[in-house]
Amino acid sequence: MTVVTPFEGIGASVKRKEDLRFLSGRGRYTDDINRPGQAYAHILRSPHAHAAIRGIDLAAARAMPGVVAVFTGADMVGLGGLPCGWQIHNKDGSPMAEPPHPVLAQGKVRFVGDAVAVVIASTRAAARDAAEAIEVEYEVLPAVATMEAALAPGAPAVHDGVAGNLCYDWHIGDPAVNAAAFQGAHKVVEFELVNNRLVPNAMEPRAAIGDFDPTTGDYTLYTTSQNPHVIRLLMGAFVLQLPEHKLRVVAPDVGGGFGSKIFHYAEEAIVTWAAGKIARPVKWTADRSESFITDAHGRDHVTKARLALDAEGRFLALHVQTLANMGAYLSTFSTSVPTYLYATLLAGVYTTPTVYAEVKAVFTNTVPVDAYRGAGRPEATFLLERLVDVAAREMGMDRIEIRRRNFIPNDAFPYQTPVALQYDSGDYVATLEEALKVADWAGFEQRRQAAKAAGKLRGIGISTYLEACGIAPSAVVGALGARAGLYEVGTIRVHPTGSVTVLTGTHSHGQGHETTLAQLVTDRLGVPLAQVDIVHGDTAKIPFGMGTYGSRSLAVGGSAMVKAMDKIVAKARRIAAHLMEASVEDVEFDRGTFRVAGTDKTKSWGEICLTAYVPHNYPIEEIEPGLDETAFYDPKNFTYPGGCHICEIEIDPDTCQVAVVNFTAVDDVGRVINPMIVEGQVQGGVAQGIGQALLETAVYDENGQLLSASFMDYQMPRANDLPPVSVATHTTLCTHNPLGVKGCGEVGAIGSPPAVINAVVDALRDYDVRHIEMPATPAKIWGIIHAGQRLAAE
Amino acid sequence: MYDFAYHKPTTVADAVKILSADPEARPISGGQTLLPALKHRLNKPTAVVDLSGIAELKGIRREGDRLVIGALAKHGEVANSPEVKAAIPALAQMASTIGDTQVRNRGTIGGSVSNNDPAADYPAAVLGLDATVVTDKRRIAADDFFQGMFTTALEPGELLVAIEFPIPEKAGYAKMRNPASRYVMAGVFVARTKSGTRVVVNGAGPGVFRQAEMETALAANWSADAVAGVKQSPDGLNGDIHGSAEYRAHLVTVMAKRAVANAG
Repeated sequence: MTVVTPFEGIGASVKRKEDLRFLSGRGRYTDDINRPGQAYAHILRSPHAHAAIRGIDLAAARAMPGVVAVFTGADMVGLGGLPCGWQIHNKDGSPMAEPPHPVLAQGKVRFVGDAVAVVIASTRAAARDAAEAIEVEYEVLPAVATMEAALAPGAPAVHDGVAGNLCYDWHIGDPAVNAAAFQGAHKVVEFELVNNRLVPNAMEPRAAIGDFDPTTGDYTLYTTSQNPHVIRLLMGAFVLQLPEHKLRVVAPDVGGGFGSKIFHYAEEAIVTWAAGKIARPVKWTADRSESFITDAHGRDHVTKARLALDAEGRFLALHVQTLANMGAYLSTFSTSVPTYLYATLLAGVYTTPTVYAEVKAVFTNTVPVDAYRGAGRPEATFLLERLVDVAAREMGMDRIEIRRRNFIPNDAFPYQTPVALQYDSGDYVATLEEALKVADWAGFEQRRQAAKAAGKLRGIGISTYLEACGIAPSAVVGALGARAGLYEVGTIRVHPTGSVTVLTGTHSHGQGHETTLAQLVTDRLGVPLAQVDIVHGDTAKIPFGMGTYGSRSLAVGGSAMVKAMDKIVAKARRIAAHLMEASVEDVEFDRGTFRVAGTDKTKSWGEICLTAYVPHNYPIEEIEPGLDETAFYDPKNFTYPGGCHICEIEIDPDTCQVAVVNFTAVDDVGRVINPMIVEGQVQGGVAQGIGQALLETAVYDENGQLLSASFMDYQMPRANDLPPVSVATHTTLCTHNPLGVKGCGEVGAIGSPPAVINAVVDALRDYDVRHIEMPATPAKIWGIIHAGQRLAAE
Repeated sequence: MYDFAYHKPTTVADAVKILSADPEARPISGGQTLLPALKHRLNKPTAVVDLSGIAELKGIRREGDRLVIGALAKHGEVANSPEVKAAIPALAQMASTIGDTQVRNRGTIGGSVSNNDPAADYPAAVLGLDATVVTDKRRIAADDFFQGMFTTALEPGELLVAIEFPIPEKAGYAKMRNPASRYVMAGVFVARTKSGTRVVVNGAGPGVFRQAEMETALAANWSADAVAGVKQSPDGLNGDIHGSAEYRAHLVTVMAKRAVANAG
């Protein structure tokens, strides 16, 4: 009998296995979990950006009904602070300033939202009531809300002992070679721009439950995390001094992360530690207002750049000076974002022979800043792709032509950039050509004229970009200051009847891993998708893992699974050889069937699996029973997705509102496992990129109060802000991982912002506009159109 | 949310009695403003008086040359009411653009007008149509009712019962939404009524106000061109992270043109 099953392997747009539970409200998120006897934590937060704590009176709070315990920083003395996972060195070789990051404030608060005390009570409301009864005596200190204020001479110090509020002054590239290349350049284009600060706003606010078993002394933390093993390591080893075997971290269904749930947050340590103190489970769930002022923010760069060109428009040298806002404390991976995830990308898709980048990281009295979808790469891409457009204009060159002239050619791979990275593959002309075709670039002028006749200003913008993801070879990142390895782990557990459970160290919080990773198993082992389960997010189940960020799950985690499946197949072939009385070299395996080459002798997958667990007729002297293999995979290089984004917009000159009328993304993400999921990931990333370019921005006043602290003032993209997005892929394979995959999670957010702003600037071509900072709001555009900047174009 | 007592009276008289006896009690109808404030602990009433069980506050009816809308009429009901659509289509159109579907199925005209949020829609129509606000005690002309940001002529314990709209010859409304909140950033309601031509601005300032120059221009010549040349002064308008007072002043002229065009 032949069973016809739909193709579910690599390349199939199978529907997402996880969506039924999500769409029917049966997802199980951290806040859905309730432990017996659970108490609730409410965290009292600083209303001031910078203040000394002169006293805390807890008496009234402790007397409130339902209160179980109240703790302050004084109760946590002796425990560690929240660690930073990446040490950057200054130009002079000295290490960065790394001031303590206490879990609860120790005598001083440094941003609005800094944790001062925790009340634990029998209900959430009782905890909040009691927190309001805490009397904190603050001595308000002058705050620095911007990098400019923080770097000003005589500025108030965010941390005692950190001179000039400078975390580090780092550089990459050869300054002498770079300076020499500027000599004799035909043209030097100078440019300044800001990469606006963003609030991540995952749909699910952060939550954490600490649980303690007094019988065994075991702790469990349920948390909204992208990487539970990393949290276990950081919190256990650095903060609470709990060994791994006594600490379990569970990250169940997580409703979006975008980077903001990578980091180890104070609340995780607070609930875990407090659960031990009171021998009761302790639950904390952020409300949206709390998320705005405690989830690590993203971006926030101010950059000056100089690009040297020859007379033909070839890039000769790039010099970049960036200020990067760290906020009040160093969040887990904050220091790596504006350095190794940013400046190493400044060659982009171009053959610029020398790049020199200087980055100063600055402390301010604001929420800590860390990785947010793209993390450093959107900042690099925005700078480069705006700069290239400005250079084209000032050279009198076509925007497409200047890019073509500087592309790394296909025969140059592997291509060594002047900023450390070695690109393995790519085809930038192909993605450009296809995007131009899909977007009908050639027909734009006609559309512009039609829009003009209708009273609208229409513009088109392009970005040809590249990113580095699939982070990363452990030895390389270790040499650069990372305090962790960045391999991944996969276990393939084949059950006696042939179904498969995969344990992966990556974590899915919207990406669809339960489907994509299962497709790898279906493709390789021939097991139907319905018989493959992907298990993630529990340190008690999964051997180890570094989690999901930097578009690494498939490139690194998928590769670990391939390695484990190689071991499974090797062992299964030996079992099959025994059963078929053949030499193992003669046994072929293809999607579920073992065959002696050149014969009709076969054994099915199910027969081999059963034999492995019921080893009656089995080579027991040679191999162990069972079919369960684990592999650790450490990548050889980053992966380098890239492509071309084209955005078309229309401005209503009366209201100055921008409508994105068309968006085209042609991306090279390596081998595509599930095209539907790739399309969804790109669309989501583009939505965030359009959000950054046109809508979103975190605004502080000079006292360090966040003005855009709710959806009343922070503009998240909504459905009617977004255009139809045409998504296409053009594949060149990654050359150094077994799947040939590159990653697709961040390309949308990296490639799109400059395409949008380039389109806005293009639409304003009749006005004297060199640049418009993100977000390009109606009010800003009105300022340009109506501030008397109209050129005498007529 | 703090604890509070909850009352659900069935008559206006009972509601007024509770509210008059306790100055810290708050009436609630659709709850679109009060509930979020309660959840954020920004408001701590002793009691919440739920008006939803009071039949006297309900209903939309035509009474001669007036349209009478009960305080409890939800935005969605106003938007879809055949009486409103026939008598004052601009009012139905306005209601259809308030908030989103969820807001329109909860929020009420009485709640919106009593609250007098400068960025709300309805106050512009009430003032623009020279409507009369009917309370449990008296009748108040729109010109006297709105007294600046979140302030009205309502006295403590006084309850808005209905709004009587004279049916205009023409009326139109246009607004620019705040990009983030989607409340009104600048809106203009225009109407030609028996009592004259009115142009009312909402969203842009600390409260709804009549734009006298535009009224004069429009009275002389009912056309978008007539208001196009009238510049709104930015003095006293709102400026914030979403836009300056100057930008809002500019939008007032743009929205006035569009409101006239919408009025036909």
